[in-house]
Amino acid sequence: MELTLLFAPLIGALLCGFGWKIVGENAACWIATGGLFLSALLSWIVFLTFDGVTETVSIFRFIESGTLSTDWSIRMDRLTAIMLIVITTVSSLVHLYSFGYMAHDENFGEGVSYKPRFFAYLSFFTFAMLMLVTSDNLIQMFFGWEGVGVASYLLIGFYYKKPSANAAAIKAFVVNRVGDFGFALGIFAIYLMFDSVEFSVIFADVPAQADRTLTFLWREWPALEIIAFLLFIGAMGKSAQLLLHTWLPDAMEGPTPVSALIHAATMVTAGVFLVCRMSPIMEFAPNAMVFVTVLGATTAFVAATIGLVQTDIKRVIAYSTMSQLGYMFVAAGVGMYSAAMFHLFTHAFFKAMLFLGAGSVIHAMHHEQDMRNYGALRKKIPYTFWAMMIGTLAITGVGIPVWIVTLGEIPIGFAGFQSKDAIVESAFAAGSMYGFWLLVIAALFTSFYSWRLMFLTFYGEARGNKHTHEHAHESPLVMLLPLGVLALGAALAGMVWYNSFFGHTDKVADFYGIPYAEAAADGQDTVEGAEEDHGAAADHGGEGEHRYVFAGQPGEGALYIAPDNTLLDDAHNVPYWVKTSPFAAMLIGFAFAWLFYIKKPSLPGRLAANQKYIYQFLLNKWYFDELYTAVFVQPAKMIGRFLWKRGDGDVIDGGLNGLAMGIIPFFTRLAGRAQSGYIFTYAFAMVIGIAVLVTWMTMSGGAN
Amino acid sequence: MIGLEHYLTVAATLFVIGIFGLFLNRKNIIILLMSIELMLLAVNINLVAFSSFLGDMVGQVFTLFVLTVAAAEAAIGLAILVCFFRNRGSIAVEDVNVMKG
Repeated sequence: MELTLLFAPLIGALLCGFGWKIVGENAACWIATGGLFLSALLSWIVFLTFDGVTETVSIFRFIESGTLSTDWSIRMDRLTAIMLIVITTVSSLVHLYSFGYMAHDENFGEGVSYKPRFFAYLSFFTFAMLMLVTSDNLIQMFFGWEGVGVASYLLIGFYYKKPSANAAAIKAFVVNRVGDFGFALGIFAIYLMFDSVEFSVIFADVPAQADRTLTFLWREWPALEIIAFLLFIGAMGKSAQLLLHTWLPDAMEGPTPVSALIHAATMVTAGVFLVCRMSPIMEFAPNAMVFVTVLGATTAFVAATIGLVQTDIKRVIAYSTMSQLGYMFVAAGVGMYSAAMFHLFTHAFFKAMLFLGAGSVIHAMHHEQDMRNYGALRKKIPYTFWAMMIGTLAITGVGIPVWIVTLGEIPIGFAGFQSKDAIVESAFAAGSMYGFWLLVIAALFTSFYSWRLMFLTFYGEARGNKHTHEHAHESPLVMLLPLGVLALGAALAGMVWYNSFFGHTDKVADFYGIPYAEAAADGQDTVEGAEEDHGAAADHGGEGEHRYVFAGQPGEGALYIAPDNTLLDDAHNVPYWVKTSPFAAMLIGFAFAWLFYIKKPSLPGRLAANQKYIYQFLLNKWYFDELYTAVFVQPAKMIGRFLWKRGDGDVIDGGLNGLAMGIIPFFTRLAGRAQSGYIFTYAFAMVIGIAVLVTWMTMSGGAN
Repeated sequence: MIGLEHYLTVAATLFVIGIFGLFLNRKNIIILLMSIELMLLAVNINLVAFSSFLGDMVGQVFTLFVLTVAAAEAAIGLAILVCFFRNRGSIAVEDVNVMKG
């Protein structure tokens, strides 16, 4: 089943990409889509029937060299299962959606078959992503990691006739290489320390390596810290965290379904997945984790501020994605991997939903993307409006605060409400005040820009091209259906899986297959008693009053949470004002958005004029692109120009030309001049030659 | 007494005259041919002298060969000369530089 699940997208991609001329354009696209739906169905079966025990399915031997032996195999645990459903569900829906969205495209001429190519790329991406999440070793993971990079490159540059799309594709690829370099170094370091790249071996060996050091950049570092740090560099690139984030907004040059699939729901979360997957190492690297937390929180904040002023509908959502990824990294950074996965899971639904909704709006508005030219679309595209509304409610975290009413133990609210609150509470419980406050402020901004997007698009009066507005039309059913399914997920995913991801320790431990033990009455955990308590504790699993602690060894279960890591309980016991703060931030953001864009639409313009510098600063994305242009791009171009003009042009070309056009002809002329054509010259040369030879033989003694 | 050295001296002198005749001469190709004959004669003298000195007839046999070859060579050379004169209307050595590079 796992194999079918894994290879259906690959087969779909190959058939669709290479076979469409034989089976026809539409049939090829349906083959790819069918493969994905099969894959999604099997993924859900795997996820729902999964019992939490880690299994490994070996496919074939991949690399065998010295002590490095790598299998091509599937590690089936809870993390993989979560990622499987996220990837295949969103991917299959995006495939379906693309039938509508990609039906007509003015970027390609009449009669050009671009659809099979698009579907093949999408399916190939899905395959690479599945490889990434199912791998049981770092090499295979790196294969998937680069595979999704290639797919991302191909899809961002899908409109290859647009120079901006090509530039964005190259940018995405190059920026990701920076991160991948860190990831590769991390893999090398792991192989150096553990002499293996297999997760099971590495994880089991982590405690033994805790005190070792590694020489890197001319000094000694704690080995696990540096490994965690390097791996996180890779995650930063893929997940568009600050410093390596500049590619993500530009990646919006690709078609909207691509943005939804790759740059919102799946590929960009690979970094979060990596950090969670490496949780045994991360748990032993507290300093690296502080870095992860701080960077995640800063990213969440910075991206949210930029999102406030962007006018391109897709870019707003792109910055929103970046911001939400920051949330996930904060959760992972403070050691609440489960909350990170929770947000990853819910985020995939509502962000894919928002992107597909935005695509539907763009489709309706004839590829107009500037929100300033929207307005009053609520009546024209009602289904899209309601889907977007659910997405917005989910991302802003609308729900009922826990102190008012809960459903049993589960807070009532849209998916983002549970997962975002889980992260904010974890950050507070972990004592990361920096993270906590930035996340709350980011939540305020999130609410503001999300509602701004809604108000600008669907409310107010119609702006921009009148003709376009008159012809705005609801999207076809193939586009609305995925919206509906994702809306369902965005509304309910949080509540359905709240207990599994962020419930009590025993529930979470069961979910991830981590052994757990009953905590002693005074709250001190007893690791020694963990083993014999295991069976007994499991029987009491349902009763809420018992307190449990994680008691797994690294490598047992999908996540490793150190026994002294009681964050999950702490997060549930934070003060009520902490639990309410994201909710309050959401309300404030909503109020401001309503004031700015419904009540007094002239206000944003006035504010922008008043606070010109701040506005420009945000509008220009904190000048990151300009900074990088000045610091990296220009010097690189200068070096390039120098090597091109001086190195290649002058030295290499000049040298060859000089040789071919100066020195060789010089000798040729010399030799030519010797050929006088007069017999006596030749005779003279012969005589001289004989004289020299005879003299030489006489002098050197001839044959002797 | 006229010894071996005298013969050799004469031969060497003739040879050098032949060589100088080859490349100092700028006038006439016939003179080139004559110079070559002169050099061959010098070699012949050497061969005969050594043959007589060492009492070995092989040298004289070789002399006859050389004479034969020289005669053939002179014939061919003159034939080429005639052809050349017909084509170019001149046998001045200075004009014979078609092979100039």
